[in-house]
Amino acid sequence: MLGYIIRRLLAVIPVMVIVALFVFLILRLTPGDPAAILAGDSATPAQLERIRDRLGLNLPIYEQFIQWVKMMLQGDLGVSLISNTSVSTMIGQRIWPTLNIAMLTITISILIAVPMGVLAAWRHRSWIDYAVMSFSVLGFSVPVFVIGYIFIQIFAIELRWLPVQGYTAPTQDFIGFLQRAILPSFTLATIYVALIARMTRASMLDVLGEDYVRTARAKGLREGTILFRHALRNAAVPIMTIIGTGFALLIAGVVVTESVFNIPGVGRLTVDAILARDYPVIQAMILLTAGLYVLVNLLIDISYTIIDPRIRY
Amino acid sequence: MMRFKNNDKSSAKAVLDVRHLSVRLSGEEGPDGLVLDDISLQVHEGETVSLVGESGSGKSVTSLAVMGLLPKGALEVSGGEIEMDGESLLTLTPSQMRRLRGQRMAMIFQEPMTALNPVMRVGDQIAEVLQTHRELSRRDCRDRVLDVMQQVYLPDVARIYGSYPHQLSGGQRQRIMIAMALALEPKLLIADEPTTALDVTTQAQILSLIAELQERHGTAVLFITHDMGVVAEVSHAVHVMKHGKIVEQAPVETLFRHPSDEYTKRLLRSVPSLVPRDARSQESTEPVLEVSDMQKVYSGGGMFFRKPGTHAARDISFTVKRGQTLGIVGESGSGKTTVARSIMRLVDPTSGTIRVAGKEIATLSRRALRPHRKHFQVVFQDPFRSLNPRWTVGRSLIEGPVNFGTPHQEAYERALEMMELVDLPLDALKRYPHQFSGGQRQRIAIARAVMMRPDLLVADEAVSALDVSVQAQVLDLLDEVQERLGIAILFITHDLRVAAQICDEVIVMQHGAIVEYGSAREVLSRPRHDYTRLLIDAAPGREWDFANCCELLTA
Repeated sequence: MLGYIIRRLLAVIPVMVIVALFVFLILRLTPGDPAAILAGDSATPAQLERIRDRLGLNLPIYEQFIQWVKMMLQGDLGVSLISNTSVSTMIGQRIWPTLNIAMLTITISILIAVPMGVLAAWRHRSWIDYAVMSFSVLGFSVPVFVIGYIFIQIFAIELRWLPVQGYTAPTQDFIGFLQRAILPSFTLATIYVALIARMTRASMLDVLGEDYVRTARAKGLREGTILFRHALRNAAVPIMTIIGTGFALLIAGVVVTESVFNIPGVGRLTVDAILARDYPVIQAMILLTAGLYVLVNLLIDISYTIIDPRIRY
Repeated sequence: MMRFKNNDKSSAKAVLDVRHLSVRLSGEEGPDGLVLDDISLQVHEGETVSLVGESGSGKSVTSLAVMGLLPKGALEVSGGEIEMDGESLLTLTPSQMRRLRGQRMAMIFQEPMTALNPVMRVGDQIAEVLQTHRELSRRDCRDRVLDVMQQVYLPDVARIYGSYPHQLSGGQRQRIMIAMALALEPKLLIADEPTTALDVTTQAQILSLIAELQERHGTAVLFITHDMGVVAEVSHAVHVMKHGKIVEQAPVETLFRHPSDEYTKRLLRSVPSLVPRDARSQESTEPVLEVSDMQKVYSGGGMFFRKPGTHAARDISFTVKRGQTLGIVGESGSGKTTVARSIMRLVDPTSGTIRVAGKEIATLSRRALRPHRKHFQVVFQDPFRSLNPRWTVGRSLIEGPVNFGTPHQEAYERALEMMELVDLPLDALKRYPHQFSGGQRQRIAIARAVMMRPDLLVADEAVSALDVSVQAQVLDLLDEVQERLGIAILFITHDLRVAAQICDEVIVMQHGAIVEYGSAREVLSRPRHDYTRLLIDAAPGREWDFANCCELLTA
């Protein structure tokens, strides 16, 4: 088990190297010049040249890459081209709102989606099943920002139950945090719920046909016990897998949702950095998300061994 | 001397009384939708009543109907009455029915591996029954569970309590199932093919365990099986089912001595005899398969330290001559399948030589082996999975010869001949595997193998998944194919009866090694090794000659 975890962690290294190389090249190949953005519209070509020199943008690409990698290996994420502050400080300030909302989203999604899927499978081909499936298709096809604006319109503007936008840290004022985080979390959760509910339903349908479910019935167990104690745990491995892969959707959704709800998180930081061609920030953000994604999926793989005693690495 | 259970129990109190029960497919009116038709049977205290029949006869549906477990929306009771202790079960609400299950009636199933929840400790699975139906403290509950586990003779119960199903042997798993079923001492136990998935020696132990517990608690047992040997051992009374009807019912000895229904007689005639058939003349001495000193070791793996490997087969040497059949018998884990796979080179033997038609193949590379593959072909156990479901039968048959350079037209003509040989209509070539029954599919699988004109046919449990009457036909077919084409057959089976009927020579394997090797007649009538004797003694109904309805004289 420990050997497996070490091997998996080592495997992160080549992944990160490939991601880093890819990110670096793609950014430099897209049109747009950070120097021009930094200098403003009235800058002369000589000024631009000076700025490029200072930022090291005039060096050959491979040298820029080597320098960047060297810095990264020392744990230095570089300095923002635009704001001139260190990238790690910028991310450090902005990461918590994003993480808090992401956690809340995952919790809400699992709490809603799993019972939905179980119910749909249990009442296969009934109206409950069709309702869950319809919601699933809808949740998957409507864009995140549309859902966000609809929620704001209904719950913040019409009903005035919740604030329209903004963010409060949970350490400061937990109720305030919940009030402001609940709409963005539900917005983000729709697509995630759709995905997880669908997978739960499919996986449960398989398991409900198994012999041990028949055994559980023959023992005279209650339906709830059969569904949640016997069937769900057996159905859990694919559900965990989809939660892990769906994490990518969550990351994509965060960027949009933070803009809609005006939350000072890393999602908006990334958008701003892309618009400003702030290379160090973009690179750091992509590396960070890639690393997070790999880590989440490692945790998911380890969770299999807890769910199913037959799985041993 | 066959000892039937002749003590009459029908004067005891009736525990289960099924009268004129019919079950139909939900939403289908008319006689076509009828799955069970006018089933009546009684099971009394301390009595074992067997339901026998082939697949699709409705015996399992009967048991599920009694338990109230018919799949919702698919099957429903459409008439008749099911009473338990005088109480009508069909009028009970689902929650009343649920309280009966596990408490007054319990069930054990065929395959204990799939019938137990793989992700739950077995002790907890037994404890659940107690927790559901009784108010018990945690401690009392655990003590009760350990107590029932002891009653079914599980060793080291404290350890097994915390084990998962995959960590136990097949026999132990079935003991867990029985402990679970009998934890609350139900009046009625339904056993649905409880020993079919087990080895013979384990089967004998489980059958005697059920009998012992029945004796002790006076349980009424409804025993569902397709195995006439088991029926003869366990039952007081027998009901024979066919197409959803009971065609004959009688006390056990009456049924076996004087069967009255044609179908019953046919079933009994199909039971292969344990007496080996007469040896055939040994015309040929040309060896087709020669195996010598073959070993197969599965390495133990491990990242830093090499764990000791598993000897799946050791010192295997034997010869099969043209036109002869050699059987390899043994229980699961004995290594018989490893031997078959090594000869097919589906796994690579660790050492030793394998000569097929004079050519050494044990060490050939995959590429060098390819031209020789046509000399040895295989027929697998499960015809439902060994044919490509999306290919027509014709395409499956032709593929092999065409791969070896036979022109398409010629291969097709050969396929037509094969259909005749295996007694299937010529248009079968244009159809898909799912359009055939299990027996027909196994005929197709044999035709596919023989298409290649092999010298050696390896049949790996080739008739084990088939009903007895179909089994007999397929065995006859193998005989006929062998006679006409002079193929050598290596027949892998766990079933001594089948081995007795088809083999000229028999190898008995245990723990990866050959313990006895000789002519079928020698090995099966005068076994020299203890293990062979153990296997023969464990075969249910071994003293009875089913086909002739009398005691077996030589036993």
